[in-house]
Amino acid sequence: MSSPAPLHAVTVLGHDRPGIIAETTGRLADLGLNLEDSTMTLLRGHFAMMLLCAGDADAPAIEAALQPLTADGTLTVTVRDVPQEDAAAPAGTSWVLTVHGGDRPGIVSSVVARVAEVGGNITDLTTRLAGDLYLLVAEIDLPGSADVPALEAAVTAAASDLGVGATLRAVEADDL
Amino acid sequence: MSTTPTAVNEVLLGWSERDLGVEGRVLDVVRAPDPVLSTRGADVDPTDPATVQLAADLVATMRVSPGCVGLAANQVGVSARVFCVDVSEHPKTRDHHGTFVLCNAEVVESSRNEKAREGCMSVPDLTGDVKRASRVVVRGQLPGSGEEVTLQANAFEARALQHEIDHTDGYLFLDRVAGAHAIHPRKTYL
Repeated sequence: MSSPAPLHAVTVLGHDRPGIIAETTGRLADLGLNLEDSTMTLLRGHFAMMLLCAGDADAPAIEAALQPLTADGTLTVTVRDVPQEDAAAPAGTSWVLTVHGGDRPGIVSSVVARVAEVGGNITDLTTRLAGDLYLLVAEIDLPGSADVPALEAAVTAAASDLGVGATLRAVEADDL
Repeated sequence: MSTTPTAVNEVLLGWSERDLGVEGRVLDVVRAPDPVLSTRGADVDPTDPATVQLAADLVATMRVSPGCVGLAANQVGVSARVFCVDVSEHPKTRDHHGTFVLCNAEVVESSRNEKAREGCMSVPDLTGDVKRASRVVVRGQLPGSGEEVTLQANAFEARALQHEIDHTDGYLFLDRVAGAHAIHPRKTYL
């Protein structure tokens, strides 16, 4: 079996406007690159996209092809080659952690430190600041050895010290 | 023996805020991160005149709030386990019990989970995808008479009841969202 095509990580960040994704993906397609995983969102109104594409074009060629996107100075594009990663088989259990309360520095770092201490791996994270309300939602894989009630107590205590609330719930997957 | 009701509860269906005999006042709705929203309310005496007034105030406040299908006492700054619901005008509603107020309510049975997007007057800038039972049996007491009622609710009324009972227990829909991609900035305000 031939080795898989090289993978390139592309980030596009900056002022939002219609057509950024169309232009980016069109230029990548012109280079024969195949889009693999991608994610895009608006962060306080800023366009933020990360994607992985596979193909034989090298990073400088991709950067050159995407250069017109940056012409007006409102978007930043980066391209770098990345190795293939074998997705680790998910071991243990999956959880959703919600933290919300009044905004103050250190909420994310204090709470996720408790998760890291038990070997928990955050697989997806969203934080939002809406008015005075700060919200964190994290999806977490915990190793089978993790003491979940102890982690829940540690997270609740860390949140309570910051005057915010935390909830840790098991992910229920209803396979159909 | 199962005591599960199988149809619309006629007592609740026939109830209206006029039965309270007091005029409701429109109160200010508090927003997260107000701590009252994250605190379980106190159980109340449903026959206490203060509870009756609170019930009338909740209905009056719900009525003047566009799109509002339910309001819990925590949301008007009162840490008490009382809420009102009225999903009768909502397009996702199937059968329903019209307007009613319950005190000290709890979910006693639930089944048939479905995911849907929820908002909340106390979290005006965000919506979230929440999995909830689409069939529940809820038990609570009517304000005024204190009569204990048990109802089966389906579809959107079931969701509204769980959302409001969560409020009375100190939880927001944010505590139930399905995952990191289940939170959305609100696009339209009613």
